[in-house]
Amino acid sequence: MKAIVCVKQVPDTSGKVAVKPDGTLDRASMATITNPDDLSALEAALRLKDATGCEVDVITMGPPPAEGMLRECIARGADKAYLISGREFGGSDTFATSQIIAAGINKIGVEPEDVIFCGRQAIDGDTAQVGPQIAEKLGLPQVSYVADIQKDGNELVVKRMLEDGFMMVKVQTPCLLTCIKELNEPRYMSVGGIFECYDNEKHPMVVLDYPALKDDPLIEVDTIGLKGSPTNVFKSFTPPQKGAGMMLTSDAPAAELADILAKKHII
Amino acid sequence: MDFTLTREQALAQKMYQEFAQNEVKPLAQEVDEEERFPEETVKKMAKLGMMGIYFPKEVGGTGADVLTYVMAVEEMSKVCGTTGVIISAHTSLCAAPIFENGTPEQKAKYLPKLCSGEWLGAFGLTEPGAGTDAQGQQTTAVETEDGWLLNGSKIFITNSGYADVFIIIAITGTVIDRRGRKAKEISAFIVERTDKGFSVGNHEKKMGIRGSSTCELIMEDCLIPKDRLLGKKGRGFQLAMATLDGGRIGIAAQALGIAEGALEETVAYVKERKQFGRPIAAFQNTQFELAEMKARINAAKYLVYAAAQKKQAVMNGAKVRYSVEAAEAKLIASRTASDVTRRCVQLFGGYGYTRDYPIERMMRDAKITEIYEGTSEVQMMVIAGDLLR
Repeated sequence: MKAIVCVKQVPDTSGKVAVKPDGTLDRASMATITNPDDLSALEAALRLKDATGCEVDVITMGPPPAEGMLRECIARGADKAYLISGREFGGSDTFATSQIIAAGINKIGVEPEDVIFCGRQAIDGDTAQVGPQIAEKLGLPQVSYVADIQKDGNELVVKRMLEDGFMMVKVQTPCLLTCIKELNEPRYMSVGGIFECYDNEKHPMVVLDYPALKDDPLIEVDTIGLKGSPTNVFKSFTPPQKGAGMMLTSDAPAAELADILAKKHII
Repeated sequence: MDFTLTREQALAQKMYQEFAQNEVKPLAQEVDEEERFPEETVKKMAKLGMMGIYFPKEVGGTGADVLTYVMAVEEMSKVCGTTGVIISAHTSLCAAPIFENGTPEQKAKYLPKLCSGEWLGAFGLTEPGAGTDAQGQQTTAVETEDGWLLNGSKIFITNSGYADVFIIIAITGTVIDRRGRKAKEISAFIVERTDKGFSVGNHEKKMGIRGSSTCELIMEDCLIPKDRLLGKKGRGFQLAMATLDGGRIGIAAQALGIAEGALEETVAYVKERKQFGRPIAAFQNTQFELAEMKARINAAKYLVYAAAQKKQAVMNGAKVRYSVEAAEAKLIASRTASDVTRRCVQLFGGYGYTRDYPIERMMRDAKITEIYEGTSEVQMMVIAGDLLR
């Protein structure tokens, strides 16, 4: 049994957001972090490891510097890392990305008791599409918005957070879960983990380039990279900030509201 | 000298900063106000391998290096001087002397539990009548058939209220020194909190590092097994001095952290605080103050890191001493901490004098670094002694 965690290096949007003239994010000029939901996914996998002793593999697609993020995942407790990197993969949208990552996961191999963990969504694109698409392409059952996980034999009982409540779902392994921040509090890297995370014998860092994946049926010229991407980013911009709200505390708030709106000539 | 961090050291620094911001900083004011030892933080740090950072894995340590340890003390002290000294006293004053002087059995018994943080360590040298004059010890240890019988008391012992293992320095007899005079024979011992006849007295009410547990230790017919003698009989003074050489690097790191933390707070404050229609950062007096503080902090930092590197060389097997480097680092870093925090309070003005802002706490915390583990005057004696040898 093993856990495979999909992680993504994203620009730190709490800092300065830079946009290139073509409308896409200027990632090179922004500081990077591990996508916060992915850290929750990793933590869920590490808790499964604490409970069962299973192996935890992390996988990402990104430029070579994404190795740093994978090493940090190892310092937190992951065992092995896979970095999918290659020019052929550049410019991929969620469809092409999930195509490539699914091929990467095929390369690792999915066994009957395995669980694949993804973050709900990344803070750069906010699509929440890659996780579910990977499950579809691997033909695995999926549960999204996971807020709690209990293992019961080769089944998982999963609590799924919805807007107006939650849903308990029983799912057979192998399966894919997309995790939300509320699932757990991600652990820190440990000093011991940090001083082991660059030890390739203990924690192999496998680079999956185009030649390594090209034989997978999911990888075709028209399913990966910019050419294989049916969606294109038209424009990126920072939305204008909303003003501060106003609390109406009088005994007759409806009348007070009507008064304010009338003064502003809205009604 | 190259101070470029290795990728592991850089990652450890990043982790420390995240941990300090999320776990240590939010408690700092409460720990100070309530004079509360942050037990929960110690448990968290232990889990992350921060209680035995530079000791090899064979003895239960994390297997990192001295600079990585120094940076842990520095980063915690940036936000909470109390938390910084807990790691320093535990690591440098208790685990280190056992690692450096212990028998294989002593190492096997104590180091794994100290490094994992299951046990907290402390060091008892100072007595009511023996501060800088460490030879003025009164605590005695008499060898009996059943073991060593200890009597006496120690004061101002860091971590003592919560420690499980204590290194205790005591007189074991008289010897004739090199000049033919009678002198006290001093030895070191490992005492456990649960040993009969050993007790911990009242918590001292201090000016700064108020969450740090500082108490008196009392030994009344405290009988410990024979195998608790640490190092050779009669070599306790040398052991204590060598231990303090290491400890001073830790305190220098604490001082450095306090100064850096105060400057960070001040840089943020002067950009916000407006007087005469402008942020006070726009005034040249503010800028010159900040610039000089920053330069002095970096000067101290290089001394602290250089001392850490020299100790690392010893860990790697070099037969060198680092007493002078440790003394220089502590002298300059502690004076920098006191100077910088005082100037930061001045830039904060009236707000800085209130306990609503962390800066007055930092000023109070800084002062102790000029006093404990050898006053600044002791550091100068060490440096001058080496110069005039």
